[in-house]
Amino acid sequence: MTLRVLAAMSGGVDSAVAAARAAEAGHDVTGVHMALSSNPQSYRTGARGCCTLEDSRDARRAADVIGIPFYVWDLAERFHRDVVEDFVSEYAAGRTPNPCLRCNEKIKFAALLDRALALGFDAVCTGHYARLAGGVLRRGVDQGKDQSYVLAVCTPEQLAHALFPLGDTTKADIRLEAERRGLQVADKPDSHDICFIADGDTRGFLAGRLGASPGPILDTAGNRVGDHDGAYAYTVGQRKGLRLGTPAPDGRPRYVLDISPVDNTVTVGPREALDVHEITGERPVWLAEAPGGPVPRGTGPFSCHVQLRAHGEVHACTAELDGDVLRIRLERPARGVASGQAAVLYAGDRVLASATIAATAGAAV
Amino acid sequence: MVTYLDHAATTPMLPEAIEAMTAELCELGNPSSLHAAGRRARRVVEESREIIAEAFDARPSEVVFTSGGTEADNLAVKGVFWARRGADPARTRVLVGAVEHHAVLDAARWLADHEGARVEWIPVDGLGRVRPEALREALGTGADVALATVMWANNEVGTVQPVAELAALAREHGVPFHTDAVQAAGTLPVGFAASGVQSLAITGHKIGGPIGVGALLLAKPAEPLFLDPVPLLHGGGQERDVRSGTLDAPAIAGFAAAVQTAARRRDAEAARLAELRDRLVEAVRAAVPGAVLNGDPGDRLPGNAHFSFPGCEGDALLMLLDAQGIACSTGSACSAGVSQPSHVLMAMDTGAERARGSLRFTLGHTSTEADVKALAEAIGPVVERARRAGLT
Repeated sequence: MTLRVLAAMSGGVDSAVAAARAAEAGHDVTGVHMALSSNPQSYRTGARGCCTLEDSRDARRAADVIGIPFYVWDLAERFHRDVVEDFVSEYAAGRTPNPCLRCNEKIKFAALLDRALALGFDAVCTGHYARLAGGVLRRGVDQGKDQSYVLAVCTPEQLAHALFPLGDTTKADIRLEAERRGLQVADKPDSHDICFIADGDTRGFLAGRLGASPGPILDTAGNRVGDHDGAYAYTVGQRKGLRLGTPAPDGRPRYVLDISPVDNTVTVGPREALDVHEITGERPVWLAEAPGGPVPRGTGPFSCHVQLRAHGEVHACTAELDGDVLRIRLERPARGVASGQAAVLYAGDRVLASATIAATAGAAV
Repeated sequence: MVTYLDHAATTPMLPEAIEAMTAELCELGNPSSLHAAGRRARRVVEESREIIAEAFDARPSEVVFTSGGTEADNLAVKGVFWARRGADPARTRVLVGAVEHHAVLDAARWLADHEGARVEWIPVDGLGRVRPEALREALGTGADVALATVMWANNEVGTVQPVAELAALAREHGVPFHTDAVQAAGTLPVGFAASGVQSLAITGHKIGGPIGVGALLLAKPAEPLFLDPVPLLHGGGQERDVRSGTLDAPAIAGFAAAVQTAARRRDAEAARLAELRDRLVEAVRAAVPGAVLNGDPGDRLPGNAHFSFPGCEGDALLMLLDAQGIACSTGSACSAGVSQPSHVLMAMDTGAERARGSLRFTLGHTSTEADVKALAEAIGPVVERARRAGLT
């Protein structure tokens, strides 16, 4: 079936090949580059994968080569509000957000998709490494590149209008294909870090927006063992850069266990104290009840695997949807689980559900 | 079949211009060379200069060839500023119409940022017109003003400015006046001498000539008011020592052929386009009752129709029309391709929403009744669809 497809084109190699594949599949494809900053130079300089004038030009040239119409859509306001400001306020609240996930949820498959549907398109196509067929979202075949984790936050309604043409291919083959197709972006470097933090200095970015807010670093007994310039700069599980003045009595390394924005404290302790057995997730998204889906909503506790951060390992667990809360009990403890990240449930390579990590509990619970 | 409603961006070349230009492309000669080949090329350039001068009521020596309208505007604004301030350091004010093209606007801003100019924007009314009283007020005694500049007709909303009146006012105050007549040159009776301006910018590709060639009509510095601009480009001094660079004889020949053809047909063509434009306006209003025509309803460029479609995003309208083979414009786009709310509409005080939902349709020598019909059929459903997508 020929669909009217809007291909989101960042200017990188993945979205360019995705658009080319959609066009080759016979769809009526239009390329759109999302301008995510009202000043295109402000987020990044140099072509690093998105957000610059150069990227906009690269996307346009790719569209020329593919032979599809191309436009730039200004989504800077929405991006700033729903992704950048959300990122800052999540850190301020002591959580560790994943902005790529938020961008998929609020921008690519919300602002962009809504506008596309209203303008007569049937679907949005992106260069994500994930497989999607019949409403079933699965990991991409390239283990190292798999992006199902950052897509698991999309609802079945959003995914019903999504195309991910790259899920069955490895990144290395995509680069070769780009070259074969004559796409100039074939050897453009991957974008790794957060697109709106130009120099990769997340701590500096947050400090610039939240200001210095000095406070104590405490051990689990409540003793002051150091100082910080802002609790927002820390992530649960972090070990480096703590600059603790008082050594631990046992001389062993200490890790960030907890961030408390209310009293502006960071609590550190031994590695074992990071062990998490139970996770509570909020805002759950259920993807497992599609036709043939293994776990209808409302099923009791079921066994599956959970991934707790992008490109993180998976953990065997038992999960249950309890009203608006997803409860996850891990078979073996996981370490360094940060609130604000997504917990994504998998059965093999199939995504079952996702939720935002709201609380964790150790063995004592 | 493409419905081309963007003649203000660029026009198809006239057959006469293609013929003159391609003929010259086959010839050899640098117009500045002294041998026979050079003399032959020089003759083409000078004949072209005479044709252009005659069409715009100027003397041949007042035609300075440039690479186009942007260079002509930059030369006039920066060059005259430098010359006038050089003659009297007190002259640092630059008076600029609020709805000027970026070629003038940004040249003036650059002078403010780098040369200590004090730029003042002359406000416009709701139709986009500079009122002479506003210029009079801005001029003051005129003693500290380097130059004033207001375009002949606006490139976005099409409103025609009272250039002769404004130029006379400036002259009364001892201030030279520049006008950007790039959009007006093809369809309005643009007379250089009668207008009383010091300089006037025109370009080839808006009137059926090639892209990449234009001219600054520049009064000779016979009176102390008119100082020749300080050059932007230094080199061989080919054009009256205010502009250097080997003269592009083929492009100049094509430019002159287009000017000559356009001038010959001008009155009849203007009447034809105005009638066609009026039908287009009627058809759009019939299909979209909420559409607002921007600019002066009567005193505007014959080929220009500029609308706001409340509740729509101009970008969405453009894309939907483009998908149906209808080419138009949302106004001025920045280098990233992200359109900012038009400074022209903002200066006219239309509000941001009316500015964001605006589209410009411009007719030219290839436009026909079929173009109007195609738009009339498409615009209603397109606006409805874009309205559903709303303002993101």
